[in-house]
Amino acid sequence: MINAPTNTTQPTLLQRLQAIRLGRWFVILIPMLWLAAFFFIPFLVVFKISLSEAMIAVPPYSPLLEWDPSSAYATLKITFGNYLFLFESRFYLDAYLSSLRIAAVSTFFTLIIGFPIAYLIARSGPTARTILLSLVILPFWTSFLLRVYAWMSLLKKNGLVNDTLMSLGLIDQPLQILQTDVAVYIGIVYTYLPFMILPLYTTLEKMDMSLIEAAKDLGAKPWKAFCFVTLPLAKPGIIAGCLLVFIPAVGEFVIPSLLGGSDTLMIGRVLWDEFFLNRDWPLASAVAIIMLIVLVGPIMFMRNGNKEAL
Amino acid sequence: MLTGAFMSVSSVSPIVTSQSMPTWRQKDAEPFVRIEQINKAFGDFTAVNNVSLDIYKNELFCLLGGSGSGKSTLLRMLAGFESPTSGRIIIDGVDMSHVPPWERPVNMMFQSYALFPHLTVEANVAFGLKREGLPSREVKQRVEDILDMVQLGHLARRKPHMLSGGQRQRVALARSLVKRPKLLLLDEPLGALDKKLREETQFELMRLQDELGITFVVVTHDQEEAMTLATRIGVMNNGVIVQTAEPHEVYEYPSNRFVAEFIGNVNLFNGIVVSDERDSAAIQCDDTNGLIYLDHGISCAPNQVVNVAIRPEKMRIAREASSAENNSAEGVITEVAYMGSQSIFKVRLLSGKEVRITQPNSHRDTGERLTWDDHVYLSWDADSSVVLTS
Repeated sequence: MINAPTNTTQPTLLQRLQAIRLGRWFVILIPMLWLAAFFFIPFLVVFKISLSEAMIAVPPYSPLLEWDPSSAYATLKITFGNYLFLFESRFYLDAYLSSLRIAAVSTFFTLIIGFPIAYLIARSGPTARTILLSLVILPFWTSFLLRVYAWMSLLKKNGLVNDTLMSLGLIDQPLQILQTDVAVYIGIVYTYLPFMILPLYTTLEKMDMSLIEAAKDLGAKPWKAFCFVTLPLAKPGIIAGCLLVFIPAVGEFVIPSLLGGSDTLMIGRVLWDEFFLNRDWPLASAVAIIMLIVLVGPIMFMRNGNKEAL
Repeated sequence: MLTGAFMSVSSVSPIVTSQSMPTWRQKDAEPFVRIEQINKAFGDFTAVNNVSLDIYKNELFCLLGGSGSGKSTLLRMLAGFESPTSGRIIIDGVDMSHVPPWERPVNMMFQSYALFPHLTVEANVAFGLKREGLPSREVKQRVEDILDMVQLGHLARRKPHMLSGGQRQRVALARSLVKRPKLLLLDEPLGALDKKLREETQFELMRLQDELGITFVVVTHDQEEAMTLATRIGVMNNGVIVQTAEPHEVYEYPSNRFVAEFIGNVNLFNGIVVSDERDSAAIQCDDTNGLIYLDHGISCAPNQVVNVAIRPEKMRIAREASSAENNSAEGVITEVAYMGSQSIFKVRLLSGKEVRITQPNSHRDTGERLTWDDHVYLSWDADSSVVLTS
């Protein structure tokens, strides 16, 4: 193979490698184009709008390039005023922090609830496993909005939760759950639980059960075996699940709007208000861009953690 | 092949040669591990059925059996992963029947090795010592010592996936030995290794066992492995131990048909006892030319139907008939396999029964070799055959 003759009709090693590389490019071309069309270009559009000024027009922002027909010059008009405004106002900072906090707390509870469920599914027999997995996915068969509405009726003053607690004699008066942060936590944990369970399940299912036995055999009590073996081996699943819950939860709009109170501050709602109520597209775009930057931090952090685990 | 493996055991095993009488042959010896009428059922299925077994200190005991014979369940009960449905397990005088695995003075080497993939070789070996809460200096020293012992000191900082199969096996061994258990359990320890490495590792295991003085219990389905390693073998079938004996005894004097057929190859001749004395017996068989003469008595009822077992390597094969009429048979060669050190022949006897004969190729090809369709005569000695009544 080292002295491959070049005058034969057979392709040389180099040509073959190039063919393989071309094939690979072709395979990833379609997802690349998809990402370009539906993520990168819209992102650039949003970024462009965030650099303009709001005005009453259609569309409601000032153009970046202003063409002056008399002088044949185009003037570029860029403003960072929207970004400055975000940093000057305490309101937006609070909204970001509150979103991150709500997302973090919800992710934590999703993990706490999702881990035992995923563990149980991974350890059950093949038949039970299929049934349990389809039960996890079953809620997706109904509309997300419908499910959140269902929680509204469950959590309201004379809803099922309060009625049950009262009839059990645990409380005398109905609790105010709806329109509080608690309702938002419940909503997010409930909605995003499958996104935590599924990646956890795939890592736990792959785990060799004899590892746990080996740990016990070497003198580890069950909970120590869990801490020193199960948990570190489940790390990739934990990270994937947390990312899948945390990222969409930060920008969540429907759940805080429907279940949260007027004081539940989340950046998704702020975005909506700026965009549709104030019709301030440039400011709304700046909010979106900053949110993206805020999310890059934790994503990179967790990705690094994942690399170490592998 | 089997005899070859067996020969090496008698010359290498220090226990057989260095002591006048091994513990398990002494009548009043105290067993180190005592398994008393143990049962284990999973639902309707009885995996281990009323097994009693004594294992002595410094033994390398092999549980040999096919899949589903209950050997692994028995091992897991010794480790504490399964608890017996009834019966007792006593290790070094203490009843361990229901003691959890993390409190037993027993360590196990898993068939899959079960090395923790997220930990380095060093950390894998240190795992058990850290659980004991030993000072870190001592942990470090003991890990170093044991890794040197299995010649893996230079790989201490590697992760398991960066090691070869043989290296992983040695890490697993080091990890199970480092806690200095009273009893070491090995589940198919050589199963995943290639042939050459297996042989080396067999001797390595025997050396370590001798040096450390730990009692080993090995589970295997590989009769050759059991023959080479073991001081004694317990042959298991359907949840029962069918014979417990030293390797050569199991091979030369199988107690029943299952053991004879499971360990090595055997030719079985069905016949009727025509004479049964104290030190001789004769059996009438339709497959052979004369009677089958034995050099030992059977002590059974006359005219009882029995099986006579003759190992393939204990039969002679020749073109000319032997002088004696008894202990002989004749037939036609139907298959020949040249294996280098030996040849295997399959011969169809006049009665139609097929038998198997192995012959060492002790000379280079000088004369005419026996080949397909040759008419041949088989013969054997009176001390070559064993009668199986069950």
